[in-house]
This record gives sequence, structure tokens and C-alpha cells, in this order.
Amino acid sequence: MTELAERPTTGSLVQQFEYGLDAPICLTWELTYACNLECAHCLSSSGRRDPRELTTAQCEAVIDELQRMQVFYVNIGGGEPTIRPDFWHLLEYAVDRQVGVKFSTNGVRITPERARFLASTDYVDVQISVDGATAEVNDYVRGPGSFDTAVRALANLQDAGFRDAKISVVCTRHNIDQLDDFKALAERFGATLRLTRLRPSGRGADVWDELHPLPEQQRQLYDWLMAHGDRVLTGDSFFHLAAFGESLPGLNLCGAGRVVCLIDPVGDVYACPFAIHETFLAGNLLTGGFQQVWQTSSLFAQLRSPQTGGACASCSFYDSCRGGCMAAKFFTGLPLDGPDPECVQGYGELALAGNRVVPAPSQDHSKTAPTRSQPVMLTLTRREEIDAAPVTACASNPLAGYTLPRSLARP
Amino acid sequence: MLEEAWTLSPSVALRPEPFGALAYHFGNRKLTFLKRRELVALVRGLDEHIDVRAALTATGIPEDQHDAYAVALRGLADADMIRPRTATTEDAR
Ligand code: SF4
Ligand code: SF4
Repeated sequence: MTELAERPTTGSLVQQFEYGLDAPICLTWELTYACNLECAHCLSSSGRRDPRELTTAQCEAVIDELQRMQVFYVNIGGGEPTIRPDFWHLLEYAVDRQVGVKFSTNGVRITPERARFLASTDYVDVQISVDGATAEVNDYVRGPGSFDTAVRALANLQDAGFRDAKISVVCTRHNIDQLDDFKALAERFGATLRLTRLRPSGRGADVWDELHPLPEQQRQLYDWLMAHGDRVLTGDSFFHLAAFGESLPGLNLCGAGRVVCLIDPVGDVYACPFAIHETFLAGNLLTGGFQQVWQTSSLFAQLRSPQTGGACASCSFYDSCRGGCMAAKFFTGLPLDGPDPECVQGYGELALAGNRVVPAPSQDHSKTAPTRSQPVMLTLTRREEIDAAPVTACASNPLAGYTLPRSLARP
Repeated sequence: MLEEAWTLSPSVALRPEPFGALAYHFGNRKLTFLKRRELVALVRGLDEHIDVRAALTATGIPEDQHDAYAVALRGLADADMIRPRTATTEDAR
């Protein structure tokens, strides 16, 4: 650990974070890859349970270790964590050991009874995923019925007296216009809105081109955050927008492997929840425990050593934007020391237009056969293109919009 | 503040870090960073001294910095990381 021995003990907090901490401050733990839904943009390509999933006893050992390391809270996700039969047991086990839990769910198991239990606990936060303020926009990416499931869960929590649930939204091209509606939805349920960035991770890589906000929508998002940011959580995920001018509140740096990491359902430790790929795999906690991986992995040592700005170094916004998100660059095949694919100064688009090879996924737990939960991403894109009623076009040309069948069109 | 008796809040845990410590409040779930090791030592020692000034002296902090440290402590007090030591907190021990 020579890197750690040489680190300066003074300097700004951001500098200190860059050198890494003795334990993470933002630890995500995905309990299972199993999920009742099949969201088009799932960051972990979830669907099916992995047969090597950690057992209850192994999970308890992880929690014991987190307590020893003074990891004060953990973000639990998946897959859908609540469909693990021991989920509620593990939740209590963690809370009893002063490891607070914030868990993300699509709401499927938040029954009135579970909501009452959650309301009675003191150290649990619930985050319901909603990616559209209407069923139409939400179900487009999250699958049929998922909006109703989420709203029912929010209502159950509210009725049970659970205070301040979080509504977690991945910002996409289709929901940027709904930011005020999301805020209203949160207010309706006494909840707090949390907005995060769509990253091309997991199945998100397949739909990123179609779903990531357009350049003018990024501006719209930035302006909205500047106006409402103080009452909205962002998981510090929009720091690339800082290059519009002012920094957004929160941490402006990529925390991967420094203050952030992910434990996956089989105990593999990755640098960040959005970086589930063998390139960012630091090790498995079953061999020597989580602390050993966190403190001695060579990948993490590398991520904690001083980085160069590459093509970004000459950018006047580098101090606040820092080249954006490592995972977003990696999964779009861009160099890690260059601009973010969504660089608001426009360098990302240039980079995307150049030569690049998108890395193949190193794992996939998607369901092999589609079920009825699978989203059908058809309606919304078609609607976007229609800018006037079809009758207008017909009035000028009776064949408007009619394309000849292929066989006839050929000479 | 320098003449008052203070203590670390009972719901706060300190996690040592290379630059100082991370303070976590289990009640309001606030995370605060104590960016100097001297500040960490001071906060840990508050309890053992009659007032803040005595704790500062015992931590070896030069007198001309006492006011700056008082400002830092005030910030920690606003987040309930530290509390005035009252008769009740004394009794509880
Ligand atoms: S890789 Fe991206 S999502 Fe992960 S910590 Fe870095 S900036 Fe955040
Ligand atoms: S060039 Fe790099 S640092 Fe500058 S705004 Fe773009 S991504 Fe950020």
C-alpha cells in the first residue's frame, strides 16, 4: 500500500477522496440478479437469479464486516432485492448492527403490511424507481403495469406513515419534460425526488443512443436543477453538467473505487454499480473479505492514483467536470481519460463520431425468454416524429406518408 | 463557546480516515468530514475537559488558533455532531 503511505494528509476534501478512503462512503450491494421486471435500461442486466448468489449466512458475514469497517449505511439494490426470501431478515440484521439500509425497489413487495413494518423502523430508507411521471412514459422502459405497481407502493408507504420515501428517476429523453410532474408526484406522496443519470451500463448500453437526453435537454435539466436542486437528490450524478457554468451542489468527482463501490450478488466487488464489467472487477469478497478487496486491490490502487485529464486537460471546465463519468466513457468505447460522451461542450459527440469499439458485456442475467413484463419500446418514438395531424399531409397529397411495398418499388 | 463544556453527541460515530475522520450521525444521517487530525483529537477529547478551551490546550492547539477552532466546532454543533454538556448528559454517564 505504498500509494496510501505517500498520500498527503492535507488538501481539499475532493483531493482526499481521490486518494480513496479506508472504507467506502457510498456502497451499493446488489442482493440478487433476479427481477420481476425487465427494464430496457437495467444497469445490471438483471432478470435471472445467479445460482452462486451469496447465502443468508454469507450475507450476514458481509454485514458484520461492514459494521466493523464502520460503513454506516449501504444502498441495497438488485435486480429486485425484495424478492429474495431472506430480504426482510437481512434488513433487520443490518439495522440491528448499525448498518443503515437504503433499498431500491420497483415496489412489487411493498404491501400494506410491509409498509407498516418499514414505518416502524428507524434506520431504513426506501427508494421507489419510477422512470416516467405517467404510466405511458414509465412503462415504455420499465414494462407494462410497472407505474401502477410503483404508485401503489408509494401509497402503501404513505398510508402506513412511512415518512420521506424517495422517488428515484433515471432521466431520459422522454421524461425530461416531466421534471415538474415528478416533483408534484413526490409531493403528493410526501416523498423526496431523486434524479439520476442514464448511463450506458448493462442493458442500458442497448438503448442509450435512443434514450439519453439530447444536448438541449441537458441544458434544460441543468437549468431545472439550478432552480430546484436544493430540494432534489441527484446522487451527485450530474457533475458533467457543471461545464455549463456553475457547479451543482454535491461531490464533483468520479468516486469509483475511491469512495464508491459495488458488491454484486455473488460477492464480486466492482469499482462502481455502473461498471459491472471484468475491467472494473476488483476481486471477490468470499476469498478474504470485503475489507481486503477494498484496501488492497490493484485496480482500486490504480483508480486512486493521480489521473491525467487526457483530451480534457485543456478544457476550462475540467476542475468541475473532471471529464465526467468513467462508466459512460467505457461502455461507449471512448478513452477513459477523454471527454464524457455527453460532454456539454460538445466534445463527446465528436468523440462518438470517431473510431471506437463498444466493449462486449462480460456478463448478462437477462431473462432468456421474454415475459409479459418486457417493455415494448415502440409507441413513444413513433409519436415523436409525428408533428402534425396526418390529415394535413393528406390534404396536399393523397399518397402522403404511403411508401410503396419493397417489391413494387424496385425497378 | 470556549468557556463552555461540550461533548460528542451520543448518536455520532467517528470513523478514522487518513486525513482525519468521518463523523456520522445516526439520528439525522448527516455525514461530516473532520479534515484535520487535530480537530478529531479535540472532538474526542471534549468530554474529558472542563471546557472547550481546556480541551484545545490539552490537544496542543496554539492559542491564536482557538477562535478558528471555535468556528469549526460551531459548525459541528449546528449539525448536532457535538452538544453542550448539561447536567443530564453528565448524569447519564
Ligand atoms: S463511473 Fe460514473 S457512475 Fe461510477 S462513480 Fe464514476 S462518475 Fe459515478
Ligand atoms: S471537455 Fe472534458 S472536462 Fe471539458 S466539459 Fe467536456 S467532458 Fe468536461
